[in-house]
Amino acid sequence: MALGLTLTWLTLLILIPLSGLAWRSSELGWTKFLAIAFDPRTLSALRISFGTAFAAACLNAAFGVVLAWVLVRYRFPGKRIIDAMVDLPFALPTAVAGIALATLYAPNGWIGQFLTPLGIKIAFTPLGIVIALVFVGLPFVVRTVQPVMEEIDKEVEEAAATLGATRLQTIFRVLLPGLAPPVLTGFALAFARGVGEYGSVIFIAGNLPFRSEIAPLLIVIKLEEYNYAAATGIAAVMLVISFAMLLIINLIQSWSRRRYGYGT
Amino acid sequence: MALDTSAPTKVRSAVTEHRFARWTLILVSLTFLTLILLLPLAAVFVEAFRKGAGPFLQALHDEETFSAIRLTLIVAGVSVPLNLFFGVAAAWAIAKFEFKGKALLTTLIDLPFSVSPVISGLVFVLLLGANSYLGHWLSVYNIKILFAVPGLILATMFVTFPFVARELIPLMQEQGTGDEEAAISLGASGWQTFWHVTLPNIKWGLLYGVLLCNARAMGEFGAVSVVSGHIRGQTNTMPLQVEILYNEYNFTGAFAVATLLALLALVTLVLKTLLEMRYSEEIAASRRH
Repeated sequence: MALGLTLTWLTLLILIPLSGLAWRSSELGWTKFLAIAFDPRTLSALRISFGTAFAAACLNAAFGVVLAWVLVRYRFPGKRIIDAMVDLPFALPTAVAGIALATLYAPNGWIGQFLTPLGIKIAFTPLGIVIALVFVGLPFVVRTVQPVMEEIDKEVEEAAATLGATRLQTIFRVLLPGLAPPVLTGFALAFARGVGEYGSVIFIAGNLPFRSEIAPLLIVIKLEEYNYAAATGIAAVMLVISFAMLLIINLIQSWSRRRYGYGT
Repeated sequence: MALDTSAPTKVRSAVTEHRFARWTLILVSLTFLTLILLLPLAAVFVEAFRKGAGPFLQALHDEETFSAIRLTLIVAGVSVPLNLFFGVAAAWAIAKFEFKGKALLTTLIDLPFSVSPVISGLVFVLLLGANSYLGHWLSVYNIKILFAVPGLILATMFVTFPFVARELIPLMQEQGTGDEEAAISLGASGWQTFWHVTLPNIKWGLLYGVLLCNARAMGEFGAVSVVSGHIRGQTNTMPLQVEILYNEYNFTGAFAVATLLALLALVTLVLKTLLEMRYSEEIAASRRH
């Protein structure tokens, strides 16, 4: 009975609406679909969305590993609070994050005012989008890497040290390779989230077509113009690219797990 | 003797970084967190109170804001219990029974997490909009779903569907079916078994899932924005109200409503941390995915 309920609910709420999208985009026909997908504005929005999401996921992977390491290995005042704060982007509504970041990084904002004299512009440029996506993606890498780091056996490091490895060698040749699978998982989650993110980005991005207009925003714009065909087409392209990339990342991940993983 | 005392210190220094490196890493982490997390949070409160407490309270004392708060509570109040119910059913089906296509079902449950919120809203516009079969039928019978409260609830449920199930599936799998089999063999009915055996076993994980589900339901922006139609005082939830006020350059108003949402986020974080501290073992089981 539970299974029947689950399937019914899943079908009604998730599958029928999503297949509606597939159905509508197939109704467009190839010529129209390709015309939408290869429209210069669509292409540039897709490039900006995927490019900024990739950059943000890379930054999150790097800082996420450092942050997880600091939280797992070191002791310092306020560590508990910092640890809890890492989840803030999961709990804070994206619109709130969006207006706060826009205020901070605007040319006359708290942080922006120090960057303007240096000629660095963050708000209303792709850089602003990256900042917003770093915010939303931050918890993913930390939370996937942290539990794995906690389980690392110190004996491995001791063995490396006894065999004459320096600390840096131990970190780069012994510890980090073993962390590759969870880092990749966190990277993939942050990336997927970043590609689709809307609320936190639109306030800081400035939304200039061909410069800082993300794909989800373009979908909203097309909907507001009652151009359902274009909205559907862009959504379909986004979904296909996202799923393809997640598939590739899954493959790399299962390969790296076999190659380096900590017995998982 | 000399060897005995020097050996342990040498080993210790070999498995940790130099003091200098340690503090550099801590400093880098704290700077990064300050720039990305703490300053935005602080900015919400500072901007809301920039003109003092009077204008802040005045901005909150507004008919449209009240209606946004009411609507957010209604939407979360309907969608969270429904997703709680179906999340438990889904986790129960997946964790306690064997059937074909289980992996596929688990993937499908997670699907809303990998879809852009805007697309989550779009699918309902396509399904129920005026130029679809269903939308046409609905308009004949004068049933309003899109650009009305039911549409907001549907989109919110779509987006928050995975939270409860995701938290419970690993937990219930870890616990296995031993307790339930014992209860059944002692003559308990299926319902009794669930109520007296399974539910007490999963209650903290369940609470954790509901907490995250609720935070997202109240804060959802993209999906809700697409299906809302932005009718003032009628279909604007709190996050949408924040957007409208901000775009009208009413920054005090926007940040005042934002403080309420930020407080919600902080309460969520505190409760989450307390849950994790007190029931860490049970929740740790469900974190391993």
